Amino acid sequence: MASTFTRMLSSRNTAALVATLGAGTLASGYLLSESGISAADKKKLYPPSADYPDLRKHNNCMASALTPAIYSHLRDKETPNNWTLDQCIQTGVDNPGHPFIKTVGMVAGDEESYEVFADIFNPVIKDRHNGYDPKIMKHPTDLDSSKITSGVFDDKYVLSSRVRTGRSIRGLMLPPACTRAERREVERVAVQALAGLKGDLSGRYYSLTDMTEKEQQQLIDDHFLFDKPISPLLTCAGMARDWPDARGIWHNNEKTFLIWINEEDHTRVISMEKGGNMKRVFDRFCRGLKEVERLIHERGWEFMWNEHLGYILTCPSNLGTGLRAGVHVRLPLLSKDPRFSKILDNLRLQKRGTGGVDTAAVGDVFDISNLDRLGMSEVELVQIVIDGVHYLIDCEKKLEKGQDIKVPAPIAQFRK
Amino acid sequence: MPFGNTHNQLKMKYSAEAEYPDLTKHNNHMAKALTPAMYQRLRSKQTPSGFTLDDVIQTGVDNPGHPFIMTVGCVAGDEETYEVFKELLDPVIEDRHGGYKPTDKHKTDLNPANLKGGDDLDPKYVLSSRVRTGRSIRGFCLPPHCSRGERRAIEKLSVEALSALTGDLKGKYYALKNMTEAEQQQLIDDHFLFDKPVSPLLLASGMARDWPDARGIWHNDNKTFLVWVNEEDHLRVISMQKGGNMKEVFTRFCTGLTKIEELFKTKGHEFMWNEHLGYILTCPSNLGTGLRGGVHVKLPNLSKHSKFEEVLKRLRLQKRGTGGVDTAAVGGVFDISNADRLGFSEVELVQVVVDGVRLLVEMEKRLEKKQSIDDLIPAQK
Repeated sequence: MASTFTRMLSSRNTAALVATLGAGTLASGYLLSESGISAADKKKLYPPSADYPDLRKHNNCMASALTPAIYSHLRDKETPNNWTLDQCIQTGVDNPGHPFIKTVGMVAGDEESYEVFADIFNPVIKDRHNGYDPKIMKHPTDLDSSKITSGVFDDKYVLSSRVRTGRSIRGLMLPPACTRAERREVERVAVQALAGLKGDLSGRYYSLTDMTEKEQQQLIDDHFLFDKPISPLLTCAGMARDWPDARGIWHNNEKTFLIWINEEDHTRVISMEKGGNMKRVFDRFCRGLKEVERLIHERGWEFMWNEHLGYILTCPSNLGTGLRAGVHVRLPLLSKDPRFSKILDNLRLQKRGTGGVDTAAVGDVFDISNLDRLGMSEVELVQIVIDGVHYLIDCEKKLEKGQDIKVPAPIAQFRK
Repeated sequence: MPFGNTHNQLKMKYSAEAEYPDLTKHNNHMAKALTPAMYQRLRSKQTPSGFTLDDVIQTGVDNPGHPFIMTVGCVAGDEETYEVFKELLDPVIEDRHGGYKPTDKHKTDLNPANLKGGDDLDPKYVLSSRVRTGRSIRGFCLPPHCSRGERRAIEKLSVEALSALTGDLKGKYYALKNMTEAEQQQLIDDHFLFDKPVSPLLLASGMARDWPDARGIWHNDNKTFLVWVNEEDHLRVISMQKGGNMKEVFTRFCTGLTKIEELFKTKGHEFMWNEHLGYILTCPSNLGTGLRGGVHVKLPNLSKHSKFEEVLKRLRLQKRGTGGVDTAAVGGVFDISNADRLGFSEVELVQVVVDGVRLLVEMEKRLEKKQSIDDLIPAQK
């Protein structure tokens, strides 16, 4: 063995190499290094302090909460699916954030992430959701849309109404972590359930890989088509892997109920229509969600949910209801009033441009929606939006008549 | 990249067929070589550091490629990747490197005395000369897979080694995260600064994680020898200068590399190398010498000639724009470099560039005088 050995050595290899190689490690024609360091050895070689990320220039919820002590305590833990802390925080390490906008900076790879890494997720959740403490507080779920009052707006102001949320299928890993087979399974489960919807909810699935040019154009014209994420916040989390495999869009024939499959979450569910009938939008939303849930139950599946965090989604910002209910509303006078931001704040509403998050308003039309997601139920949040938008329209009308407006008292946040 | 794949064994509960990527619209070397049967055989394996088949191919799955440009579509996460996944990487290497077989041996020759000529390329045409390669430090994971701790250790080792260089190689290290505005601007003006990769080919493999942590640029005071730390490889080593004295550039290249290697050895480290694949780098396209030797050369007439592409092909040269890979030529100035990396030594490849560029310049001069170049068209090398 030794002579074969030395014959294979070239002048480039040092004596040290020879000493460390055992006969058993020789592969035909190759010289293997003495390293081939195992993952377990690596952990010993590099203590958590060697791996702790440099977050000094960072401004996101993860960076604010992740101390070296917490990192040290959690680095070597794994969820039952072998998902790690480093994988949760990678997007926050890669994207330091914006001085004005505080992003979340971490994602879950599976339902258990929120449990195994609770020591970092909990403070992040608290930071993002105004002090909500998952350890002691309970999240109310209420999809009984009959409780909604005054849910119809003046069409002269409200151009469209929309409610969206997300749902994850228990037992399958979330978009940052899922394998191709799991993602295809999510697609299969969801599409099978949606095929069972009837009446005004009956519709069709368009898979991103299979759609025709014509179908694609139609979906673009309807503003339904979602694209491969380009935001580094999402791509660094790994949710765009294998695009466009197992991604698609389902919508009903009336184009008022839409589901995205395997984009940022397993499913995103959207109910929408032109005009100001938020009540009808929310009715359909609740009805559709409950029906889909029933249909997946029939096949032995369920949504990820627990009583502290509500519905479990990829991004901690979407926990609880995962619900964003909003309108496109014309507020030409109110939007120029210096009190506009304060009024929105007190009503617990946020404004976005009409292209959605990170876009600018066009022609005085604003996207107004609820700020909160966790700690209040769906019914409560939609009612907040309804009451708030009525107030805004009222202000707009007053300003039209030259009357003064009042900043409303801040409404109560989630029940303790 | 170590994402979504650490639970490799858990994936076994799904059939290979359920996990097999959809490569029907793909055009890259990985997609050409990978079959469902191969995927089935390899998917349960991993290197000692935990790099899996899915990690290897992720970038190729995410980037279907271009109808005309054949990308590689796979990366290594450590030295052992090339062994554990040789069933996939051998055909990829063979396809990419002109038929290089699993049993072939690669020659390494960093003796600049073996280069004939190369100090006489006409500077009226050859504006600058450059030789680059990469080196990986044995025992560490490669950029797609390394942890922050490893990457920092690589930086520390490299900076220590480079700081011991003397004479005309003496220089300074600029860490990306610590550089001042003034330093940054200077590096940009010198065309030395590298940016966070934006190419999805690189991003999808995970090599941009934790940017700019442990990344930096070292260069000598003369600005003729430059080392990139932790960009696409552990180290990228570049020797360059204005004008056509490729001999001088190559001499400095070899001297510098040899010195750096010695310095690493004094610290008990060596470069990843074996006699089949030569120097081991992240991308299979850079195996062997990892060497790209080239010039910026003015060829306004020749580049319009119908035989230009054919001539380059026969000379085993490739053209790029002056911004590097995937850029266009500006003002008739082309980046001309060797097409091969593996199966030829460093000296051989630089010889190819020197001899080839000399011929191209001769052709350009003929065309300037409106003379024919037919007698100069070479046979296929």
